[in-house]
Amino acid sequence: MKTTVIAGALATGMVALAFSAPAFAQATLAQVKQRGEFRCGIGTGLAGFNVQNDKGVWEGLDVDFCRAISAAIFNDPLKVKFISLSAKDRFTALQSGEVDMLVRNTTWTMSRDTQLGLNFGPVNYYDGQGFMVKKKLGVNSALKLDGASVCVQQGTTTELNLADYFRANKIKYESVVFADNDATIKAYDSGRCDAFTTDASGLYAERLKMNNPDENIVLPEIISKEPLGPSVRHGDDQWFDIMKWVHYAMLTAEELGVTQANVDQMLKSENPEIKRLLGTEGKFGETVGLTNDWAYRVIKLVGNYGETFEKNVGSGSRLKIARGINALWNKGGLQYAPPIR
Amino acid sequence: MSLAIEGAPQEKASLLYDPKVRGIAWQVILFVIIGFVVYEAYSNAVENLQKAKIASGFGFWDVISGFDIGQHLIDYSAATGTYGRAFWVGLLNTLLVAVIGCVLATFLGFTVGVARLSHNWVVAKIATVYVELIRNVPLLLQLLIWYNAVLKPLPNPRDSFKFFGDSFALNNRGLYVPEPTFLPAFSAVSWTLLGGILASILFRLWAKKQQALTGRQYPIGLVALALIVVLPGLVFLVMGRPVEFSYPALQGFNLRGGTQIYPEFVALLVGLVTYTAAFIAEIVRAGILSVSKGQTEAAHALGIRNGPTLKLVIIPQALRVIIPPLTSNYLNLTKNSSLAVAIGYPDLVQVFMGTVLNQTGQAIEVIAITMLVYLTISLTTATFMNWYNSRKALVER
Repeated sequence: MKTTVIAGALATGMVALAFSAPAFAQATLAQVKQRGEFRCGIGTGLAGFNVQNDKGVWEGLDVDFCRAISAAIFNDPLKVKFISLSAKDRFTALQSGEVDMLVRNTTWTMSRDTQLGLNFGPVNYYDGQGFMVKKKLGVNSALKLDGASVCVQQGTTTELNLADYFRANKIKYESVVFADNDATIKAYDSGRCDAFTTDASGLYAERLKMNNPDENIVLPEIISKEPLGPSVRHGDDQWFDIMKWVHYAMLTAEELGVTQANVDQMLKSENPEIKRLLGTEGKFGETVGLTNDWAYRVIKLVGNYGETFEKNVGSGSRLKIARGINALWNKGGLQYAPPIR
Repeated sequence: MSLAIEGAPQEKASLLYDPKVRGIAWQVILFVIIGFVVYEAYSNAVENLQKAKIASGFGFWDVISGFDIGQHLIDYSAATGTYGRAFWVGLLNTLLVAVIGCVLATFLGFTVGVARLSHNWVVAKIATVYVELIRNVPLLLQLLIWYNAVLKPLPNPRDSFKFFGDSFALNNRGLYVPEPTFLPAFSAVSWTLLGGILASILFRLWAKKQQALTGRQYPIGLVALALIVVLPGLVFLVMGRPVEFSYPALQGFNLRGGTQIYPEFVALLVGLVTYTAAFIAEIVRAGILSVSKGQTEAAHALGIRNGPTLKLVIIPQALRVIIPPLTSNYLNLTKNSSLAVAIGYPDLVQVFMGTVLNQTGQAIEVIAITMLVYLTISLTTATFMNWYNSRKALVER
């Protein structure tokens, strides 16, 4: 079933590329407004980032970013159609216009940025690749995985980093590759592989799905840089700007202490930075094709970056991931927004 | 139609009404339309790709791939392998499972098909249940069941099952068998084997000719056995068993040494074989039922025993019905092997249309190549089977 869907998606993508009128002449924002719906490409279910709750509603850090975009455009965080994509289909889906934006734990790499016709935006989660093993294996470092077999999901930078790391450290291993995430985890869980590798955030998220989560440990080595962020098609600068500035607005809000709860009071603030952010001064919203209260709506309807982080992956979630390098720049992290002025 | 023209030589009928001309005209028009559509699609795709700044072309073929593949029949590693090499690795894995799968499915299918017609009630019912059960469950589901069924009961490498001393080992990483290394003296055995095969072919031809001329039958099977198995076996012993084996041994987490047969391969093969065999069984049953009972009775009346009747009278006639649908099932098996992606077997679709496509992002090229490969495999199989079919077809005199 999965394969048919994948093949179908790819075939549709190809046909679209072959027959569509000279590509995407109309600006994406205008298309989205006309359609009345923002199509956001997300993952297939990674706790904390993109997962459906028991009521079938999508939740997560990536999902909230999609909602923020929708809030900025439509003043409604629900005018998003979530399109769930596997790692190997995601770029084709974006290239062929099936989705307007991809927000799917996707690592920003040079080749993807330059060869796939994509533009990557600000990093909404700084991550790195790690390993998980069974406790009873008695391994406390990835360097001791000599001869291990490693389960990995297909179509990811993970597959490449894995090969690089073991090659660089002259360790032998065997990779077992699956098309989708669930199959990869099941194979690891059933003992087919000694280790499972993906981005560290993913390891913590997937551990919750295991038969006995406590029997698995995450090894200390982080073997790569994985800047995860949203991406859009090349060639539509306005749309690219919207993607960047919605994220920056959420960061700026956190930095200035503007939250979902206090944003209405903040409208009366005399702080010029807050005034520019919330659109009571200047015309920053209009410059990206939105209305001036764009950021107000994002914060009011979705929250600032810190709030979505804590709710989805941080202390307010089951994952309990520390802010770490994802803290704001002035708190020792890497999240840094250019000024709104 | 030539008659009509000859019948009215005086009237110069308009070319418009000449069916031959019209036929050609339609063909040309259709050809032009198809050509135009293909050209439009191609040039549009090229233009769109350029506009969207998506890399295109086949330059990726020689680029170092940087990822690993578990099972590879040819040398391949992340450090030296290219995307092109990864393609060959995937293709060979696909062909391996397809060829072995077709052979095994044929054996199993024939057995089950004949069993369904058995006079033994239990055998016939078991065959019926098998066919109905397997045919009606989606293949993907069966593959997942097989994969989990294969993996679940197997121990981890440290507690492997061992057979024949320590030379065979079975665990959830696969079946480990001793890997032979052939010493130089082994070439004598190979040559004997080759000679034996040639000699038995020649003997068979000669024996058939003799039978046609004199009616005398020769023990072709026995002679072939002696030439192909016994003789090379003797040479092997005479040369002092010129083979060394490396045996699997536990080292770190996994076994090292020996040849590893991956559980993904086994699960895929078992899944494809049992599934396709159920269809082949029905085809075989239909084929045998299509031969009228009178044929058997006639053969028996001539004093031919049951075995030869089946072999010389029933099966050759049944084959005419069996071969065409059998061809379709071989094609199905080959194409179904692409479901391997679900259970982690590195076939062409998984390696090339999966990882390579994703790492290069060149969807159009990669998918076009993959389609071309499956087309080639299918056409080759079909051509071979059609040739075989025409040989077996009823020759009317």
